[in-house]
Amino acid sequence: MAGINRSAAQLLATIVGNKKVGQYHQILISVGDLVSQCKPGNFVAISVGGPSSKMVLRRAFAISRTTTSPQFGGAIELIVAPHGSGSTWLCGLAEGEQIDITLPLGTAFGIPTTNVNALLVGGGYGSAPLFGLAEVLKERGCRVDMLLGASTGAKIYAPLEGKRSVNSLRIFTEDGSMGETGRITSPIAQLVSELQIDVVYSCGPMAMLKAISDILGSTDVVHQCAVEEAMACGIGICMTCVLPVKDETGKINNLRSCIDGPVMDGAAIEWDLVGKTLVL
Amino acid sequence: MSQLDFSTTLGNAWFPTPIFTASGCASSGKELAQFFDLRDMGAIVTKSIMTKPRAGRATPRMAETPSGMLNSIGLQGPGIDAFLANDLTWLVEQKARIIVSIAGETAEEFASLARRLRGVAGISALEVNISCPNVENRGMVFACHLESAQTVIEGVRRTIGGDLPIIAKLSPDVTDIVSIARGVIDAGADGLALINTVLGMVINPNTMRPHLGGRTGGLSGPAIRPIAVRAIYQVHEALPKVPILGMGGVSSGADAFELILAGASGVSVGTASFGNPTAIMKIQNELRQILTDKGFSSLREAVGFAHRPESSVR
Repeated sequence: MAGINRSAAQLLATIVGNKKVGQYHQILISVGDLVSQCKPGNFVAISVGGPSSKMVLRRAFAISRTTTSPQFGGAIELIVAPHGSGSTWLCGLAEGEQIDITLPLGTAFGIPTTNVNALLVGGGYGSAPLFGLAEVLKERGCRVDMLLGASTGAKIYAPLEGKRSVNSLRIFTEDGSMGETGRITSPIAQLVSELQIDVVYSCGPMAMLKAISDILGSTDVVHQCAVEEAMACGIGICMTCVLPVKDETGKINNLRSCIDGPVMDGAAIEWDLVGKTLVL
Repeated sequence: MSQLDFSTTLGNAWFPTPIFTASGCASSGKELAQFFDLRDMGAIVTKSIMTKPRAGRATPRMAETPSGMLNSIGLQGPGIDAFLANDLTWLVEQKARIIVSIAGETAEEFASLARRLRGVAGISALEVNISCPNVENRGMVFACHLESAQTVIEGVRRTIGGDLPIIAKLSPDVTDIVSIARGVIDAGADGLALINTVLGMVINPNTMRPHLGGRTGGLSGPAIRPIAVRAIYQVHEALPKVPILGMGGVSSGADAFELILAGASGVSVGTASFGNPTAIMKIQNELRQILTDKGFSSLREAVGFAHRPESSVR
């Protein structure tokens, strides 16, 4: 074994829950003991469309939460927006149906060893894995504040039970239909200094992650962001999901966001070079 | 019933099974090793390696299409030095059988890569990728021009000597693939890899521009399988003694069987591994069963079986 995705496995897993929550589906998948290997930030790759599907590529979804119940054992939860044909197919599955999944994949959010002050920033359903992360941070004795944002209120994902694990939660919508009106990034600089934030954890659209990196650029606050790039395989063999990342020597390389991410150091990503041709 | 002889050969290289990875679809093996033992397949065909480290093309690099996908990677890789030090060393340690794929911008680069690989222990064969479509200069798609294809193969043959089998990877984007195939065999190739991806494009209806960063990309997946079957059939018909490593949209044992019937001695699996990390093991098991069920005692008997005379029965 080479140590890439070292706890990953492929299995036929049973859907044990599929509930519509606002614009999203909360899908629960029974995965047995593998649940103990799934950390906040990890993702799952799912084969979609059934055996005669014309969709040949897996779909990657962040694991939002893990749970264990006497009824179905270990399970992972996904928050899925039925946007494209693959996610729509997945959202249409009934409890009891089986899907071919590979998990856990990719890097997880780094958890501090001391009780630091953490700010969690989630855009749209990018907030999903942040609630599981909040629970872990809270258990470590961290102060956890959360910001959620979206274009409109219906796109905010904020489960009631998730709110218990945060010290404060503020919601921003661009159209003002929920919470405060404005962009999620506007209060970050002030919050970071007022709350003496040590680490920002972020998940959401790339433009949001870049904006947060820009804001934190002049500070020594650590930025752990879960990136979003189109993936064909999710396991590191297709080389499609690359991002330009600077190493310790200052050299920039195209790294795969599936195995070197999705959680990456926001300060190491060369945001201005994303989507550009890199010359080594 | 007697045991099926599942082994195959490509030139003088012997493999216990006829299922391989496809170059560019398995990196250098470490990623798939989490899901199955690399020794259980015929061989790993590495990602095409170049002289220098290469960053590849801009993102987006991928677009899913009906029963296929376009990729526009542009030969991203670590370069030959790091490849030999890290990837190849690791593969040899795993005791995997290895076909190293090389790519160059000039005929000289191919020859100098061959020089670096000459005498390296643990390599079963060399794939010479003269058909990657994801390059800036179409002139670099050597396999689209008979003379440039021959120049590359001659240079590699001269450099590598007589022992290591050379497999030339050809493009289906030509008018007459048989003449290119014959030309590279005359130039010293021992076998052929058929087919590379088919040049394609997707335009994004929102941006109303080509979706891929590199604008064009290579189409792969089940959508191109009939093109692969046709190319293999035509080449095997013209050159029945030349071993062919077939590839193009294989995602089941039945698909692999089809390429073998057309004339492939081995079958590479590419895009199917993206959709299923254990596709290679599944395809291999299904193929073994199909050959047994059809009454073949060896894989070799089935190679090119679709070409048998009308009068012969089975």
